[in-house]
Amino acid sequence: MTDFKAWEGFDGRIWKLEVNVRDFIQKNYTPYDGDSSFLEDPTDATNKLWGRLSELQKEERANGGVLDMETEKVATLTAYGPGYIDESMKDLEKVVGLQTDKPLKRAFMPFGGINMAVKACETNGYTPNPELIKIFTEYCRTHNQAVFDVYTPEMRAARSNKIITGLPDAYGRGRIVGDYRRVALYGIDFLIEEKKKDKVACGESSMRDSVIRAREEVAMQIKALEDMKIMAASYGYDISKPATNAREAVQWLYFGYLAAIKTQNGAAMSVGRVSTFLDIYIKRDMDAGILTEKDAQELIDHFVMKLRMVKFARTPDYNQLFTGDPVWATLEVGGIGMDGRSMVTKTDYRFLRTLENMGPSPEPNLTVLYSSALPETFKKYTSEISIRTSSVQYENDDVMKPIWGDDYSICCCVSATQTGKEMQFFGARANLAKCLLYAINGGVDAKTLKQVGPAYKPITSEYLDYDEVIEKYVAMMEWLAKLYVHTLNAIHYMHDKYFYEAAEMALIDTEVKRSFATGIAGFSHVVDSLSAIKYAKVKVIRDPESGVAKHFEIEGDFPKYGNDDDRADDIAIWLLRTFMEKIKKHHTYRESEPSTSILTITSNVVYGKATADMPNGRKAGEPLSPGANPAYGAEQNGLLASLNSVAKLPYHWALDGISNTQTINPAALGATEAEQTEKLAQILDGYFDQGGHHVNINVFGTEKLIDAMEHPEKEEYANFTIRVSGYAVKFIDLTREQQLDVIARTCHDRL
Amino acid sequence: MTDCNIKGLVHAHETFGAVDGPGVRYVVFLQGCAMRCMYCHNPETWAMGNDEWKAEEWDAKSLFEKAYKYKTYWGKNMDRGGITVSGGEPLLQMDFVTEFFRIAKAKGVHTALDTSGQPFSNDSAYLEKFDELMKYTDLVMLDLKAFDSELHKKVTGFGNANILDMAKYLSDKGKTMWIRRVLVPGLTDGEDELKRLSEFIKSLKTVEKVEILPYHTLGLFKWKKLGIDYPLEDVRTPSKEEIEKAKEILGIN
Repeated sequence: MTDFKAWEGFDGRIWKLEVNVRDFIQKNYTPYDGDSSFLEDPTDATNKLWGRLSELQKEERANGGVLDMETEKVATLTAYGPGYIDESMKDLEKVVGLQTDKPLKRAFMPFGGINMAVKACETNGYTPNPELIKIFTEYCRTHNQAVFDVYTPEMRAARSNKIITGLPDAYGRGRIVGDYRRVALYGIDFLIEEKKKDKVACGESSMRDSVIRAREEVAMQIKALEDMKIMAASYGYDISKPATNAREAVQWLYFGYLAAIKTQNGAAMSVGRVSTFLDIYIKRDMDAGILTEKDAQELIDHFVMKLRMVKFARTPDYNQLFTGDPVWATLEVGGIGMDGRSMVTKTDYRFLRTLENMGPSPEPNLTVLYSSALPETFKKYTSEISIRTSSVQYENDDVMKPIWGDDYSICCCVSATQTGKEMQFFGARANLAKCLLYAINGGVDAKTLKQVGPAYKPITSEYLDYDEVIEKYVAMMEWLAKLYVHTLNAIHYMHDKYFYEAAEMALIDTEVKRSFATGIAGFSHVVDSLSAIKYAKVKVIRDPESGVAKHFEIEGDFPKYGNDDDRADDIAIWLLRTFMEKIKKHHTYRESEPSTSILTITSNVVYGKATADMPNGRKAGEPLSPGANPAYGAEQNGLLASLNSVAKLPYHWALDGISNTQTINPAALGATEAEQTEKLAQILDGYFDQGGHHVNINVFGTEKLIDAMEHPEKEEYANFTIRVSGYAVKFIDLTREQQLDVIARTCHDRL
Repeated sequence: MTDCNIKGLVHAHETFGAVDGPGVRYVVFLQGCAMRCMYCHNPETWAMGNDEWKAEEWDAKSLFEKAYKYKTYWGKNMDRGGITVSGGEPLLQMDFVTEFFRIAKAKGVHTALDTSGQPFSNDSAYLEKFDELMKYTDLVMLDLKAFDSELHKKVTGFGNANILDMAKYLSDKGKTMWIRRVLVPGLTDGEDELKRLSEFIKSLKTVEKVEILPYHTLGLFKWKKLGIDYPLEDVRTPSKEEIEKAKEILGIN
């Protein structure tokens, strides 16, 4: 058995015999159920560094959103020497490492698609070296080109008519969380040895294409691990052996993550569940008297500062889908272990504390794994932080734990993944609202008037008949699900081939489980449309020339999703299940496990633009409601009725997540902060005890949003963070359309 | 005696009431009120019938089942929330509220009555019914529009002798009360008025909490929608200082 001096004082054996971080955590962590009074303010060093970084962020915004871009070299693990927030203050940085040689400078990443990499530069006023363009067009193929080479005409039509949308065919798929803790616990050499053993075992019996591919992938992983050592050495660190103290543990772990963000520009580049793990190191140092609380907080503050600096070069199209420059550096706190012990440690508090020490921030995407059984003191602190910063999201540990165990991470906005054991094929979403219109119009797109879906018989009656609509809708969904899965299969085949995530996969078990994450857009509008057709009368107004249903007139009242009314909510459950069952019918790439999500990010605005009038009264072009949120104006019975409707959706039919975003006026939550805190915790207890999966909580009034929209220059709004579907953004970074959309959504503010 | 068939006329539901009693409340707004408070923010609940605004008839059992779906938000032992009946004026539908609260208490749910006290009477037949309601009511939130009867009449159209009687009656009966006061600058915030109110509250034995509800104009649009002239057109909302001063007089910290 290997036994490093660095492991002195740690209990347990299994994790020493194999790579098993969970076992290490369970054998060594110390739950904390006290309050937040032990927490420390930022150190002078933190204030100085954060002050400098804030200036850089201001410059970046003044520059139109980009501070600097690489034009001369391709991003690799070893492309750059060391970089610091400020060369003159580099000794203050307790945690070091930048993606490039300068802070906030965006790397050149052509492997996802050279056209996108060039466009990202050019639209921001930079010109990439022509030699690079030549290499990646004439000599090397890239992911984007390869995908378009294999797309069928039907796939292209579905894509350009936006019934399948947001696909990762022009950007990195992301959502793969390396187990970055492994770098700290084992050191790189141990991990290389394990991978070498895996490689020997792989291919002993046969040499089929899957085996050949696996051998190649492991070889790439080993190369990435070797390169990580070189990368760290440029900062003066030797990460070949395990971290010997807390500072090294944070640094080693961050180097693992840095390797991922130096080489991949995935839409979501999550950090994972690291707080309980790091706490073990911090506690060991504190018990030994070599670390103070002030030091511990500083370490976490500096680590988080780095996570606030992650940047990628993006195109305008991309920014429309995912506004506000998000990277989903998602990081979890809280949760309960399989043995029933709370996994909350002091370091969970320390991560939340960063939002006070350095102010609110969209990144890292701080996520509380919530259970009503968490310590009351911790629930109180998370509520306080929510009320003060609106920067935290909550996910239900009680529904995720039975499926993913107690060492899962959130790999994007809301989706769970077993840390170090799984990877995901991210699939963006199918617009089920458009699909309903296709069913009514026989596959013709009401916006573009093109025949996109199969030319099934359209509905020709003046009033829509529920049974007829359902029959046609189910048939159209059948077509869409098949096409959607096939499209994703093509995308992920090519992503593996041309843009393989060697650094992340090096920190995941070789025998990896794969999930295939589809998604739904337009959810609530379909539910309400079907409810209107069933419970009211919906008259079709057709375009006289094309015969396409253009408008709908509703006569009478109908139950709407978002009011805890089973008549509407049962349709919602039916819709989710029906779609998922259709997805499951098809072969998914590399034997992956299919799942779906009800999650739109800020792309609900773009998707809405491409969607015509709906039978629930939603007008063409209006934003779709985000994620699983009820349609605008549908909620008539207050916040809890809305939460109850969403909580009814069974998580096991949407294992990739059900996103819900709520905004509460502080005055409607209570008169004092103490009252507000207690009531927010009660809302969360009530929602999650009923099985709700996720909720973003914003606490502010509409007036503040309007003022921030009109006066983005005010100092107080520089870091004004709000939660949107599945992540957080600085409000002033949203487009005006999206700002109006956020303002238009129901703010629960009855006084 | 309880009557299962009695129907209540419900104006609206709010599943998340955080300022309507202790904890998180399911609030039922009943239709109908006799008073015409100058600053009323729910004038659509005045009418006694359901013609003008869409009021719905509910039987007590169904209404309770609807509310009880929110029990997971009321604390682990249902000790941090419950149901509140507001209005309109809930005492105008006393039989219905009694039945509603009776069912709630059988399930251990905390019940609060948000009332102006205007329909109260010392008449023995009335008291018999009122006592029955109080059997199932944990908390009465009495909104004392004004202490001075003349002022009360000016603000609401009614004097308040019977309302003060109700407060004393509840005090003698040992019923927990919250006293609330809508603070309208220049109308209900006079120093003398508040001092007398404070003295009165001190004379009551069961007041658990005194609350200031700062006047707001969020209900104004409803008056416009209903086509009624708003009598406080030029009145502003109270300042922080005015609220603090009123709190000091009423001994709220």
